Amino acid sequence: MAGLHVYDDRHTDDMAVRVRGVTKEFGSGGSLTKALRGVDLDVPYGEMLMLVGPSGCGKTTLVSIVAGTLEPTDGDVHVLGHDLVSMSNGRKVRFRRDNVGFIFQAFNLLPALTAVENAAVPLLIAGWRRAHAVEAAADVLERLGLGDRLASLPSELSGGQQQRVAIARALVHEPRLLVCDEPTSALDAANGRITMELIQQVAVQPDRAVIVVTHDSRVYSFADRIASMEDGRIESVESGPHEPTAV
Amino acid sequence: MNDSGQGLQFATCRELSRSVIRAVDFVGMFWIAWKMLIGNRAKYLGIVFGVVFAALLIAQQASIFCGLMSLTISQIYDTAGPDIWVMDENVQFVDDIKPLSDTELFRVKGVPGVDWAVRFYKGIARARLEEGTYEQMILLGLDDATLVGAPQQVFLGSIADLRRPDAVIIDDAGYKRIWPGEPYRLGRSFEMNDRRAVIVGITKASRTFQSFPIIYTRYSQAVLFAPPERKVLSFVLADAQPGLDPEEVCRRITERTGLQAVTQEQFTWKTIWYYLKKTGIPVNFGITVFLGFLVGTAIAGQTFYLFTVENIRQFGALKAMGTSNWMILLMVLSQAIQVGVVGYGVGVGLAALFGFWSRAATRLSFFMPWQVLAITGVAVFVIVLLASLLSVRKVLVVDPAIVFRGG
Repeated sequence: MAGLHVYDDRHTDDMAVRVRGVTKEFGSGGSLTKALRGVDLDVPYGEMLMLVGPSGCGKTTLVSIVAGTLEPTDGDVHVLGHDLVSMSNGRKVRFRRDNVGFIFQAFNLLPALTAVENAAVPLLIAGWRRAHAVEAAADVLERLGLGDRLASLPSELSGGQQQRVAIARALVHEPRLLVCDEPTSALDAANGRITMELIQQVAVQPDRAVIVVTHDSRVYSFADRIASMEDGRIESVESGPHEPTAV
Repeated sequence: MNDSGQGLQFATCRELSRSVIRAVDFVGMFWIAWKMLIGNRAKYLGIVFGVVFAALLIAQQASIFCGLMSLTISQIYDTAGPDIWVMDENVQFVDDIKPLSDTELFRVKGVPGVDWAVRFYKGIARARLEEGTYEQMILLGLDDATLVGAPQQVFLGSIADLRRPDAVIIDDAGYKRIWPGEPYRLGRSFEMNDRRAVIVGITKASRTFQSFPIIYTRYSQAVLFAPPERKVLSFVLADAQPGLDPEEVCRRITERTGLQAVTQEQFTWKTIWYYLKKTGIPVNFGITVFLGFLVGTAIAGQTFYLFTVENIRQFGALKAMGTSNWMILLMVLSQAIQVGVVGYGVGVGLAALFGFWSRAATRLSFFMPWQVLAITGVAVFVIVLLASLLSVRKVLVVDPAIVFRGG
């Protein structure tokens, strides 16, 4: 099903993400690598979409482009109604700051900051006062069950707790798009499940979209739709874990 | 207030609030930068060490250099009273004696604007001590009538006693050098040019570059102590009439007598410049200071670079989360400045402690004027700037998508 297009028949205003014909090439000449080969994808608000596929299939590249951290070589990318392709770098930085939450595979917490300070980072980037930012971050961490570890450094937390701090950091500024890159790969099965439950409970909202890059089949059941990638293309999209849909 | 006035007011308030928000934005991110910096203690201390080393070496060596330079001019400042020094036109510094004829005194006195003028002898004499040993001494001959240029801190005996026959006043450092470990005793004598000199007073005096004992006596006595020469007048010390600019009076003296006339401050700088230009002292100290600068830059720069490389994913995460390159640059610079302030403070503090210790325990000259602190500050600023520039490029070009590439 090469070149499969993943269209959604809903109105454009319902789409948090609309990607059309996106290609991405790295290198040049003999070392040219085509990471994406014409990807179309829609992600409506209120949905958790999982991007799955083998390593090197282009899912991280695609999610980087959707998150505004990577430029596509060609194609259109509209996220939350903004055309990322025509957006200047400065505006893209502000767009990410205001609209995108990130959960990374390696957590990427700042080791010198406590849990609550780490969770407050997006608010500090947005210009909040430290006291207010920390207060808001503490609220989110308490909702995620880490109220008693606010002052702990990342090195004092378990992997699951670190990922919960990362979730709090991703959500503290109430972004409308949440991008998760292998959020469970560094966790055991139990913690992976808890993490996905938290993301589903806290992040999936009617005015928000969640994209999860994963190859952890244990968490597929949390997805509203699963897009399978292969060799820079989306090969199939399934609606929920047990209900494949036409694409 | 009309609509346009209200609109203007709102616009101004909006601008003001944006400025405040930007400032607050800086504070939060600088705080993160500070926490990142001190979070890695080993690297932090490594960078600070580099800056401390450089600041210490630069401040210490520069202060010793200034100390040496202050020795060269100490006798100009110790000679209290005159605004104006008159000397042979070829004299280049205070120890460069080119004797004048005694009649030059009267020519200087005759220049309009000169309030008063007196003779002043300065030379090196060889003293034969009671023990039969010889000692070189700096001999200063003061005007017999006025004793202009007399020492200001006589703590044993009195200046008036200089009017007694063969009387001399010696500096305390010189006394200790000649008779180490012995108590101060007036009436002690020695010979200069086969003439007896009797100590009638002991004074504190600034150390000189040659570090010989300093002997004060009357001019008429000094010329007898000194080796015989046809001309013996070293300087004419003069003062401008009240209300007249000493520099203007100097110009008049030079015009009318052909002698070189300079103010005390001009003579000071003339002497310092002579040592700067004609001796290897500044080059020697300059090399040490430069090495301190280089080594400090290398240590701080390398450690700062490693620190940045180690934190590259963290910076990438901050960029992914919406931190601009401009803010990242400011964060790195704030880290560098923070390191610079700490390193500067500790380095200069250690240099000052060294100065206190060396003054008490050694004869090392050490003088730390504000210019040394300023120069050290500039050097430290350049060091941390270079150190941060080495690493900031690495941070600025880091792709925020780096954070999606696993652990």
